[in-house]
Amino acid sequence: MNIHEYQAKEIFKRYNVPTPNGYVAFNVEEAVENAKKLGGSIWVVKAQIHAGGRGLGGGVKLARSLDEVKTLAQEILGMTLVTHQTGPAGKLVQKVYIEEGADIADELYLGIVLDRAREMPVIMASREGGMEIEKVAATSPEKIIKVAVDPFIGFQAFHGRELAYGLGLEKEEISSFIKFAAALYKVYMENDAEMIEINPLVKTKGGAFIALDGKMGFDDNSLFRHPDIEAMRDESEENPIEREASGYGLSYVKLDGNVGCMVNGAGLAMGTMDTINHVGGTPANFLDVGGSANAQTVAKGFEIILKDPNVKSIFVNIFGGIVRCDRIANGILEATRLVDVHVPVIVRLDGTNAKEAAEILKNANIKNIITASDLNDGAIKAVACAKGN
Amino acid sequence: MSILINKNTKVIVQGFTGKEGSFHAEQCLAYGTKIVGGVTPGKGGSEHLGQPVFNTVREAVAATGATVSMVFVPPAFVGDAVLEAADAGIELAVIITEGSPVRDMQRAKAYAVKKGMKTIGPNCPGIITAEECKIGIMPGSIFKKGNIGLISKSGTLTYEGANQVCNEGFGITTAVGIGGDPIIGLSYIQLLPMFEADPETEAIVMIGEIGGDLEIQAASFIKEHIKKPVVAFIAGQSAPKGKRMGHAGAIVSGSAGTAAEKMEALTKAGVHVVKSPAEIGKKIAEVLKK
Repeated sequence: MNIHEYQAKEIFKRYNVPTPNGYVAFNVEEAVENAKKLGGSIWVVKAQIHAGGRGLGGGVKLARSLDEVKTLAQEILGMTLVTHQTGPAGKLVQKVYIEEGADIADELYLGIVLDRAREMPVIMASREGGMEIEKVAATSPEKIIKVAVDPFIGFQAFHGRELAYGLGLEKEEISSFIKFAAALYKVYMENDAEMIEINPLVKTKGGAFIALDGKMGFDDNSLFRHPDIEAMRDESEENPIEREASGYGLSYVKLDGNVGCMVNGAGLAMGTMDTINHVGGTPANFLDVGGSANAQTVAKGFEIILKDPNVKSIFVNIFGGIVRCDRIANGILEATRLVDVHVPVIVRLDGTNAKEAAEILKNANIKNIITASDLNDGAIKAVACAKGN
Repeated sequence: MSILINKNTKVIVQGFTGKEGSFHAEQCLAYGTKIVGGVTPGKGGSEHLGQPVFNTVREAVAATGATVSMVFVPPAFVGDAVLEAADAGIELAVIITEGSPVRDMQRAKAYAVKKGMKTIGPNCPGIITAEECKIGIMPGSIFKKGNIGLISKSGTLTYEGANQVCNEGFGITTAVGIGGDPIIGLSYIQLLPMFEADPETEAIVMIGEIGGDLEIQAASFIKEHIKKPVVAFIAGQSAPKGKRMGHAGAIVSGSAGTAAEKMEALTKAGVHVVKSPAEIGKKIAEVLKK
């Protein structure tokens, strides 16, 4: 789960990670009120969406008067912001963060992610602040300093020194940087974060370090022990169909093709998409019905797949292990009663109770159901149906 | 022969009396697995499925001599359960539970490594030595005894692969589902040399997916150390970037962890890479008939 910048900064503040002062606003009046509350003569109006690259997309602007705050808030609230991370459709801006201006001497980058190969958190720092870190990593990886922290010992002063000297910081800056990094590591560990990114991390003319931006993502499996973070969930940032699916224990991702897929297991679901591509078709979605599929979840699966008007056929590909095939077959029957399945359904059931399942489907005698003998056969038939053959 | 487990392996079940633990322990017993007891704190001294129940893993190990634990405890308690198993001298923990916190697994695995305990999973179907010992949730009937070793991140693709191999007239020595979480126990580079050393295994099927770089590590390892033929499939060639595809670890971040780069690395290492999982069985037949 991801959160907004203003929420990440709330968490930062609790751990004494320095950030500029600011308040979130849901409308123009609030935005102006917030600017008044902050005082000063310079403010930053920042679009709050779950995507990076907001500045380049026109979602972060500087205001030098309260009138300008008003104009900019009007402009940004309600705009559809397109960045390299939103995709071409962009994201609707529903809130802005009004922040006090910072005096910037230098822009750095600081982030923490899980290094899967080393199986420990790795802190990444770079002098190339404000740039896309993926681009820096691709073009000049030597400009990123990486320090892995073994959680058994936690963040130590030497980790901080490796980062600080690696960045080439001035002598008098080193201790405040180490303090900053130590606090950020604590934020990461204590909140079960998956990633934290501060880009840019600003060095002020006074030599202090401030998180000018803040991005955080969390391990979904750990949210049960962080109700305060779960409460930060912004459902408007999530795909409504994917959210609905997860409520039924289904894992769904929409794609651009026309062959709907209903599969058990994430690996086979991906493998089914790959097979559809391989035989000349395009999958409309990823859908894993999970380990406890029953008639209701299968019906829901059909309903969700059919919300996509591009879907011209549906390939049900089940290899029964824990999910018994007869249960899926009954689910298909039930689903055809509950949902109007108006496209051909190609069914391949193999594994536990596959024979019983075949009987159930044969006796059902529903038109539009085509049985397939194996994965490849099913994919070919589903693609042919989607092409209208 | 086989790797890691065989008909003599003594197994206990952590989370023995729970719904999932009970159901699958019963299936494993029916398959012939030597389940010699289980652990459910608070139920020690009772009997379940004809086997003794203990309060702690230490007691269970002392009383039964078990060397392997099959872990079914709920996600919030998996970290603790694996730490307990490692501390009690278990040699291999097979962690079936899905949805355990990454940080808990990270710590549990680091401790397991320190204690010399191997782990498989979490979020995996388990491990099976065909017609001898099943420790997990896979449908035992599709694993006919034979000469192919199988390593897979995905449960259902393990079944798909094994089924195709058997339909081609071959069979399985041992199949290991390693799981699709960001942090997992035994992986390709630990399991490949075990299959290489197993005299029964003639070829290896390796099923990977997008995310992380375990398959890339495997490619360089195979090039250097593996002489037996390897057939590989990488799931998620058509997955969009930045989207998590069911498994917690199945995500292409930035431009890293794509199916294309993994397939390329494996191909360069001399692995027989198939583009669709439907071709696994045929490719094995082709490779072994040469």
